[in-house]
Amino acid sequence: MTKQKLVMIGNGMAGCRTLEELLKLEPDLYDITVFGAEPHPNYNRILLSPVLAGEMTLPDIVLNDHAWYKNNGITLHAGKKVTRIDRIHRRVLAEDGTEAEYDRLLLATGSSPFILPVPGKDLPGVIAYRDIADTEAMIEAAKTHTHAVVVGAGLLGLEAANGLRLRGMDVTVVHLGEWIMERQLDKTAADLLQKSLEAKGLKFLLGKQTAELVAGESGRVALIRFKNGEAIPADLVVMAVGIRPNTTLAESAGIHCGVGKNSGIVVNDTLQTYDPKIYAVGECAAHRGTAYGLVAPLFEQAKVCANHLARFGISRYQGSVTSTKLKVTGIDVFSAGNFAGGEKTEDIVLSDPSGGVYKRLVIEGDKLVGAVLYGDTADGAWYFQLLKDKQNIAELRDHLMFGQNHVGDVGHQGQSKAAAMPDTAEVCGCNGVCKGTIVKAIKEKGLFTVDDVRKHTKASSSCGSCTGLVEQILASTVGGAYQPVQSKDKPVCGCTDHSHGEVRAAIREQHLLTIPEVMSFLDWKTPNGCASCRPALNYYLISTWPHEAQDDPQSRFINERAHANIQKDGTFSVVPRMWGGLTSPKELRVIADVAEKYNVPTVKMTGGARVDLLGIKKADLPKVWADLGAVGMVSGHAYGKSIRTVKTCVGAEHCRFGTQLSMSMGVKLEKMLFGMWSPHKVKLAVSGCPRNCAEAGIKDVGVIGVDSGYEIYVAGNGGIKTEVAQFLCKVATDDEVLEYAGAFLQLYREEGFYLERTCHYVSRVGLDHVKRIVLDDAARRKELYEALLYALQNYEDPWNAAVQKPAVRREYEKLEVNP
Amino acid sequence: MSDWKKLCPLDEIPRLGSRVIESAHGDIAIFRLADDEVFAVHDKCPHKGGPLSQGIVSGKIVTCPLHGWKIDLQSGEAIAPDVGCTPPFSVKRVGDDVWIAL
Ligand code: SRM
Ligand SMILES: Cc1cc2nc3c(=O)[nH]c(=O)nc-3n(C[C@H](O)[C@H](O)[C@H](O)COP(=O)(O)OP(=O)(O)OC[C@H]3O[C@@H](n4cnc5c(N)ncnc54)[C@H](O)[C@@H]3O)c2cc1C
Ligand code: SF4
Ligand code: FES
Repeated sequence: MTKQKLVMIGNGMAGCRTLEELLKLEPDLYDITVFGAEPHPNYNRILLSPVLAGEMTLPDIVLNDHAWYKNNGITLHAGKKVTRIDRIHRRVLAEDGTEAEYDRLLLATGSSPFILPVPGKDLPGVIAYRDIADTEAMIEAAKTHTHAVVVGAGLLGLEAANGLRLRGMDVTVVHLGEWIMERQLDKTAADLLQKSLEAKGLKFLLGKQTAELVAGESGRVALIRFKNGEAIPADLVVMAVGIRPNTTLAESAGIHCGVGKNSGIVVNDTLQTYDPKIYAVGECAAHRGTAYGLVAPLFEQAKVCANHLARFGISRYQGSVTSTKLKVTGIDVFSAGNFAGGEKTEDIVLSDPSGGVYKRLVIEGDKLVGAVLYGDTADGAWYFQLLKDKQNIAELRDHLMFGQNHVGDVGHQGQSKAAAMPDTAEVCGCNGVCKGTIVKAIKEKGLFTVDDVRKHTKASSSCGSCTGLVEQILASTVGGAYQPVQSKDKPVCGCTDHSHGEVRAAIREQHLLTIPEVMSFLDWKTPNGCASCRPALNYYLISTWPHEAQDDPQSRFINERAHANIQKDGTFSVVPRMWGGLTSPKELRVIADVAEKYNVPTVKMTGGARVDLLGIKKADLPKVWADLGAVGMVSGHAYGKSIRTVKTCVGAEHCRFGTQLSMSMGVKLEKMLFGMWSPHKVKLAVSGCPRNCAEAGIKDVGVIGVDSGYEIYVAGNGGIKTEVAQFLCKVATDDEVLEYAGAFLQLYREEGFYLERTCHYVSRVGLDHVKRIVLDDAARRKELYEALLYALQNYEDPWNAAVQKPAVRREYEKLEVNP
Repeated sequence: MSDWKKLCPLDEIPRLGSRVIESAHGDIAIFRLADDEVFAVHDKCPHKGGPLSQGIVSGKIVTCPLHGWKIDLQSGEAIAPDVGCTPPFSVKRVGDDVWIAL
């Protein structure tokens, strides 16, 4: 069978990304031919700015080198501009006569810079800023000429001006508008930005309309004159007044294109043009009247278009919300959405001009619709996420302006602003990755997502607390190209396009009971998933269908499979449960005996108030458990996404201030929850009075005794990022504590996404949602509580199970080789 | 010169799981894939020596339990962008038994 022919016109960022996505899905479907007007393979256009600024060189920014085309069997005609599409015979013709036939055609011709129609616009020395040739022309001009004028103070213009200034030119930015970057910034932020650019040596002329460009003796441009008659010297004029979708070729072939504000090749939600054999992506395409000029939305288009070219036909592009960031080293500006506001909107503004910080959040109803940040852009990614997710911010409103504070967690020397960090500063405390290493990888390897950075540098791949910093570094390196994924819709992992929520729903609605069933129902892309999705699926199955779905040990992380914590040297640690932190001489004696008998190198008290035996060989685990089990000690699950500990204080049993029997309340809770698997680990604490010696304020569920009963707090966290637990309710009796805490935890078990701690879960769904169910709806609360008790009934201690079953026991031992 | 040695019945290795043997070369991890194919590699991750036998197996890959490197079981090579290799050993199935060349 001969292959179908795919021809792509325009060898730029959107087009090549589409090919990459297509090759991932269907590497052998097409014979691919690419025409590019530029004589280069696909490069990272975004990084022309750092090239101009002298921070990078041209070879650094190639995204797909010639070998890539060759290895994928793609014929590349670089430097050949297509001048005609013959739709009747389905072929394209290039300037030099090269021809290619197509079954499918992909238009990715990008945009053309808009050149002001003034006299002198064609003089030597007058250029746009779009491609490698322009960049080289600017670098050359800077070597021999002095006066540069940049017309247009948008993102592109300012980046050009900054680069030329760094190359030693005397640079004036001329702008028609009242303030710079008026399409992205409001006046206050723009004024601050202008000041800091002036401090870098740029000059500004605002409210000036260009009238003509005048040649000097050599015939090269020498002067720019404005409508009001003023003129300034100019040996180099860079026009950065806007771009127009490049539709010339499409129009000449009679393919429907929009006009005016809606210009661009008109495409539907599958990126198909009015000719069903022809698709268009990138800056040349107009989708629902919009042609995008930043790569993030173009990459989304690429993904959808590839899906249809691969004949999968299951995804739609529905438009994007974009954000921008200026890529001028040392200056932080961020804007997203509708920041200009309108009649129905309200503003929250923080303005500290001498401190160099300005923030404006635009709110409509209960939604954030726009944001402008200057100086401190740490929370840009968070605001953008709230905006894209259309999250209800009613509860957050009070502290919205103060940010998510998701950076500056422990482990990064309290740093919260990426821009202020020197290259040598450690960003990821777990893997020892410095800022410089991250920036280098982003630029050299052409990375666009946090996931990519994680893979290549390991930064934020362990505890994840530096994710915010990494996001910022990425955003300031690739500008608006960085687009956080919508958290709610994020796919579980690379094995599927489905989100956690979709997977949970399918398991419940379709009554799926095994991992292979889920994978086949949801069209998993890999035969048996990976180390990320399998543990999640296993949890969703056993939590949704308790006593029905079978637990799959091979889909659990080793700790949960071996019921002990793996150590760096491959040995294990054993933490027996001490209910509510209570123990006895009998238990302590056995622990001491075990430690001696098995030469346990380290015995320590854990932060969870119990004893840890560290450094036990895997083969000894069942023996250790048998000894501990003889006095009734069971697994402490110190290794699981499960109930961990219930910390207690001495309480009214002994303490002179105690108002409630906190130890016995703690033991009751821990016994009730024994064997509970959850999206992430769960820790509780019970204190006997508000002095709160058990630290209930940073627990998933914290209980504080008061004279008239108990206060229940939820969604605290004492780990990577300290989160104070929020007040849920007050109850009078022990039984109510069990019921309310149980119902809350069951709700979390049913709705939480795998690896989401209670604090993350509650921040996603909102405490109001939890209250509506657990407090206001008594019937639903009882149902949840019953469901929890049902799921936990007859839970067998996993240590005892391993001790009792010879087949299980054998798995802990090494195999003997027959000589 | 390597010698083929009989190891164990296939059933002794859990599907998508592994078992470990001690050898003169150090510990060796024997893996059984979903389709009952078997592979063996040195039980030592090229990153920091983690016990690969304890990882999660998917496709022909094991994910190291310590820091999540992914190792191709056939070649012993780490999956890009990580770089490193843990030597593989030859294994085969004879009837219901697994054999290894040591
Ligand atoms: C043993 C212990 C440290 C100690 O010696 O005190 C410990 C040890 C580990 N903790 Fe912890 N944590 C221990 C108490 C804590 C506490 C304090 C507490 O429980 O009161 C916290 C903060 C409280 C909290 O969780 O809110 C804590 C927050 C973490 C975190 C951060 C969790 C977060 O959501 O931010 C991790 C990482 C994770 O789970 O992803 C972690 C992960 C780990 C792991 C399991 C890392 C791993 O995956 O291998 C460590 C295993 C070490 C080992 O070699 O066995 N450990 N860890 C403590 C066991 C308590 C117990 O009796 O079960
Ligand atoms: C200096 C600069 C900085 C930027 N910074 C950012 C940033 O920080 N963040 C961000 O998100 N975006 C940024 N952008 C915008 C981003 O680069 C573009 O959105 C993106 O490159 C558009 O991709 P595309 O594939 O649609 O077009 P292009 O990448 O422009 O590719 C189109 C290609 O098609 C070729 N072509 C056109 N017509 C024909 C024809 N008839 N035959 C053959 N070939 C043809 C062109 O020569 C061109 O190579 C920046 C752009 C520039 C110029
Ligand atoms: S025990 Fe906890 S804090 Fe200590 S090194 Fe391990 S994960 Fe980090
Ligand atoms: S030791 Fe295997 S990933 Fe680190």
